[in-house]
Amino acid sequence: MLKHRVIPVLLLRNNGLVKTTCFKNPKYVGDPVNAVRIFNEKEVDELMLLDIAASKENREPNFAMIEQIAGECFMPLAYGGGVRSVEQAQRIYALGVEKICIQTAALESPTLVTDLALRFGSQSVMVSVDVKRNWMGRPYIYGSAKTLSRGANWIERIQQLVDAGAGEVLLNAVDKDGTMEGPDLALIQQISQVIEVPLVAVGGVGSLGDIKAAVDAGASAVAAGAFFVYHGPHRAVLITYPKYDELEALFSVENHEP
Amino acid sequence: MNSEVIGLIDYGVGNLGSIQRMIERVGGCTSLISNASELSNVKKIILPGVGHYSEGVRALKSLGFWGALLEFSRCENTSIFGICLGMQLLCRHSEEGDIEGLGLVDATVEKFYFPQRLSLKVPHMGWNTLRMVRDNPLLRADNEELRFYFVHSYKVVPKNPEISIGNCEYGGEFCAAFQQNNVFGVQFHPEKSHRFGMALMKRFVEL
Repeated sequence: MLKHRVIPVLLLRNNGLVKTTCFKNPKYVGDPVNAVRIFNEKEVDELMLLDIAASKENREPNFAMIEQIAGECFMPLAYGGGVRSVEQAQRIYALGVEKICIQTAALESPTLVTDLALRFGSQSVMVSVDVKRNWMGRPYIYGSAKTLSRGANWIERIQQLVDAGAGEVLLNAVDKDGTMEGPDLALIQQISQVIEVPLVAVGGVGSLGDIKAAVDAGASAVAAGAFFVYHGPHRAVLITYPKYDELEALFSVENHEP
Repeated sequence: MNSEVIGLIDYGVGNLGSIQRMIERVGGCTSLISNASELSNVKKIILPGVGHYSEGVRALKSLGFWGALLEFSRCENTSIFGICLGMQLLCRHSEEGDIEGLGLVDATVEKFYFPQRLSLKVPHMGWNTLRMVRDNPLLRADNEELRFYFVHSYKVVPKNPEISIGNCEYGGEFCAAFQQNNVFGVQFHPEKSHRFGMALMKRFVEL
């Protein structure tokens, strides 16, 4: 039976790992290569590495860092941050990265999604969408690199990117980021009912129960940052990951029949 | 411990680094084979691959590998191990591109189609369990459930069900690993399946 993936997200900023809250106030968490080694030992399902400064600062992905990290991973690795061209993507795939995650470039020009999908296969292309809720609670797409809201209906925009060839959608609930107060289940539910490709939900996971809730709401996989790098009420840095049988027990309660 | 060098076909499709690293981690050694003449230096090869079937066929043909691989498989004491797209290329034909494969294995490649009610997404992406179907040199069941990382939209359909050595469940069982004489194939990515992949690679190294 297909397992639901539980994916640690590592945010990269200037060669260091950081963790944000609602996409603000990045705090240094540690050395990325070291963190990856630890996750490797814990046999995580998959790892996501997102460079949160690349697009903002208009620079290239840190290929050397990506290579180092990919060298440590014996599980799938997704990379996002500053990817704007097929050439950059090709270079990154060649380093051992399974999936490329694009956001800014995709929102600006969905044809990049199509080009990548045609060349490397849809399953290698993930689009990441940051969704915030406005003062009325209505969701809108927040392009975090350019900090502009993107107007058009958020569901339609995501559908557009999926139609363009994205094999997976990373849905980031900005308001929940780093809070560990639970995912935005309504958001997950709404989008998962519409798109046909796997949905990875991220933002707000604070417990195993949250992971299950996100899956029950329609997420194919759940990603988390703070939940795997912080521990305790004072948010001390400690890298953790649930044991396989804990996750098995968590998901076996649900009725997921093919 | 078998210290033979394993040839890793480098045809510009798929990432070889992870496969190389895993093989080294389990005590083997690899050599990149980027042109067909180098095939004569090795007895075991791995055919990796990710992406579109037609592109895989085109790349193999343009580098002169097509006929050479067929010849290689007929030599004595050789083994070929196809991974993901590599496994599919060993088959007769794929719906992806409606194009002929190497035909080393009696199987075809078809897309996953699921009726709406199943609400199963394509590609099949993530960790899934493998049910070993018969004894074989690559997989060992032991007591623990075997699981591997899959990411594919097309599946292998053997014409002869006996070549299947491992099946996986996704909207019905499909062939996730096969063996036909000296030709092996796995749909999943052992190089991305941490210790499960390592155990399998180790057995290929020690074959």
